[in-house]
Amino acid sequence: MAKKLMKGNEAIGEAAIRAGADRYFAYPITPQTEVAEYLARRLPEVGGVFVQAESELGASNMIFGAASSGKRVFTSSSSPGISLMSEALSYITSAELPCVFINVCRAGPGLGGILPSQGDYFQATRASGHGDFRLIVLAPSTVQEAVEHMMVAFDLADKYRNPVMIFADGLIGQMMEPVDFDAVETGTPADHSSWAATGANGREKHIIKTLYLNPADNEAHNHHLAEKYATITKHEQKHEMYGGLGKPELIITAFGTAARVCKTAIDVLNGEGVDIALFRPISLYPFPAVAIDELSRKAHVKQFLSVEMNNGQMIEDVRLYTNNRKPISFFGRQGGIVPSPEEVIDAIRNLLPKKATAAAKKPAAKKTATKKPAAKKK
Amino acid sequence: MAEKTIFCKPEAMSSNHTHYCPGCTHGVAHRLVAEVLDELGMRERTIGVAPVGCSVLCYNYFNCDFLEAAHGRAPAFATGMKRVAPEKIVFAYQGDGDLASIGGNEILHAANRGEKITVIFVNNAIYGMTGGQMAPTTLPGQVTTTSPTGRDVELAGWPIRVRELLSTLRTPAYIARGSVHSPQWAIKTKAMIRKAFQYQDKNTCFSMVEILSTCPTNWGMTPTDSTKWLKENMIPYYPLGELKSPEGADENFERMTGVAK
Repeated sequence: MAKKLMKGNEAIGEAAIRAGADRYFAYPITPQTEVAEYLARRLPEVGGVFVQAESELGASNMIFGAASSGKRVFTSSSSPGISLMSEALSYITSAELPCVFINVCRAGPGLGGILPSQGDYFQATRASGHGDFRLIVLAPSTVQEAVEHMMVAFDLADKYRNPVMIFADGLIGQMMEPVDFDAVETGTPADHSSWAATGANGREKHIIKTLYLNPADNEAHNHHLAEKYATITKHEQKHEMYGGLGKPELIITAFGTAARVCKTAIDVLNGEGVDIALFRPISLYPFPAVAIDELSRKAHVKQFLSVEMNNGQMIEDVRLYTNNRKPISFFGRQGGIVPSPEEVIDAIRNLLPKKATAAAKKPAAKKTATKKPAAKKK
Repeated sequence: MAEKTIFCKPEAMSSNHTHYCPGCTHGVAHRLVAEVLDELGMRERTIGVAPVGCSVLCYNYFNCDFLEAAHGRAPAFATGMKRVAPEKIVFAYQGDGDLASIGGNEILHAANRGEKITVIFVNNAIYGMTGGQMAPTTLPGQVTTTSPTGRDVELAGWPIRVRELLSTLRTPAYIARGSVHSPQWAIKTKAMIRKAFQYQDKNTCFSMVEILSTCPTNWGMTPTDSTKWLKENMIPYYPLGELKSPEGADENFERMTGVAK
């Protein structure tokens, strides 16, 4: 199929339909509202279900009810809405229901702002609601990748009976890019007849619940979930390496939109002969731990720089999974500001020995917008 | 002489013993729902939604598929299920704290969207599971652990009449209030429950039956005194009967609001 120019939010909605998920429950919130607007138009055309819920609480709990049928269902929201949905995420994960949540992340905390951010990294990768639970979290950095993630998300949700979160940001939701829906194949929806609530017709009743009053039963359930997360951690780590001239001495870690900006910075610096590369986690949970551990052991890798659109969240996983073998610095913009390639280049130059960049020194980038990327001490 | 069965456990009820306190009327409400599911032949295509509260474990007593909702969210769960499986019968079973307090928004909007679900709303004017706290339906002056000198309407407001509140919505619905304090009213209430499920089955409208119920343990009364207290105190504030039906919904709306359609 020819590529089609689409806005990220609309492409995400269309991708879901192509993945066989035509049941959607949501509440409007900027900057993801176009997902709902697109699907309000589109779902009736394909015989699907669109419900505008009374709140994100309503939408996410409708998802619980709908996912209990075993059918492919999904919702989308943005940061403050995901906070409200965190109640349902805890229940849905405990009840082991397959479904997909999209977070088109905006700047927080509180009402924050409506511009792009990655401030929900902790929220997405740790249990955002109560209790021990994990989501599978995929972070696209282009509209095409958002489409691909949407289409595999339902298969992953089916496979593990666990909610999957697409962690996009306001930039990916709002920008228009060419997309090809045929670039990725989606699997056939799994057979959920052994547990789905479809009516006890000629079989024992199915109960979908999360209450375990007996602590031993609850512990056993938690152990079961932990085993599942271990399996997910073993099999679902995804990352991309980008750039470098053979033996990069500095590795940038960045995901989503921040990684995109870093790619531009790396192209410029690689062009000047500066050997640096990007490590881009695609799965935020599970974090690509094996790959970054190996990378951190290489002698030529002298240091890491985590570039994020927040105050430094993923850097904690970088520290954890590189076991602090090499120095790790941070550069970030917050409040809805996307870092510019020039800022990232400056941050990189400040970390490298003078000789590495002296030959290719350029006029200084705008200093006012640059924060000194001092290594964080926590 | 061959024996003839004249009374038995409904198929829609399991054989499990309930965990309810002696004298609690949840068991009666359960049975009325189960009898209706049997009589309408719906059990095998019914999905129930349990609340958080005393009846959280009601899926152990009903013999049909069941979901266990988050506190107050049962109408949203039921909405999700019914919208993706409109051929099923979906009902939520909720208490007064669950439905009228933490789940106030969910019930309001499910009713207003006209979801084709049935809600069984058990109102015993108190939080039972947590040990007798003030509910949105606790009567003025009623003593609970969080209103130790009695509900003060100046501070806590007046009890919410959910049947009346939802009946003001323009969207057609079947909304009624029954009670299980007496056999006569149990029978009348069962007829309301039957109507509610029938409206759902015909895809007509949202339906809710509020059931006045007792809580001897947290009211601190014997079961007999509890039914007497319900009759003398709850019914005057929560009058029984159907308040809204899909038939004549426009006239009903005009009568309630003074606004012509």
